[in-house]
Amino acid sequence: MEILQIVGLGLIAAILIVVVKQQRPELVIQLSIAAGVIIFILILEKISGVFSVIEELSRRADIDRLYLSTILKIIGTAYIGEFGAQICRDAGESAVAAKIELAAKILVIILAMPIIVALLESIIRLIP
Amino acid sequence: MGVELVFKIAGIGIITAVLHSILKQFGKEELAHLTTLAGVAVCLLMVIQLLANLFEMVRTVFQLH
Repeated sequence: MEILQIVGLGLIAAILIVVVKQQRPELVIQLSIAAGVIIFILILEKISGVFSVIEELSRRADIDRLYLSTILKIIGTAYIGEFGAQICRDAGESAVAAKIELAAKILVIILAMPIIVALLESIIRLIP
Repeated sequence: MGVELVFKIAGIGIITAVLHSILKQFGKEELAHLTTLAGVAVCLLMVIQLLANLFEMVRTVFQLH
């Protein structure tokens, strides 16, 4: 019952944040970062299990290794960018959050470039 | 690494709040601000280690290199 642990951790963090917020608003952001990171580390082990199953399936289906690793990289980049942007938005810095999101989008496009090029090349090959 | 860190940060917050009000009563405003700064720095050290851990784990799981 991992979900009980995670919900309990989230509730405790929320209560502590409310307690600390009145006196020390500068520590609240660090509390929320810590809670978020701990929850994600708890769930990351499960995610890696799921990914190993997906990898095994794609190996059996004979899919090119490039495509799967690109998708994984894009998911990782998007998650980290979203994490940082949400923390900045929590701290009231939505301008910085918007910049982080922009950077994450550009990095995702760069990661997706090889696949886009491969797609375009196969389309060009189809057109006589 | 775990829930203890959340409790630690909340404890540091409460302790610095108490110290801040005590030092303010004594009229040592600058010392009060320094304690606040020290609390933030200590918490930041712990949080940054945790963040580095997270990024390393994400890098291994999502194969980002």
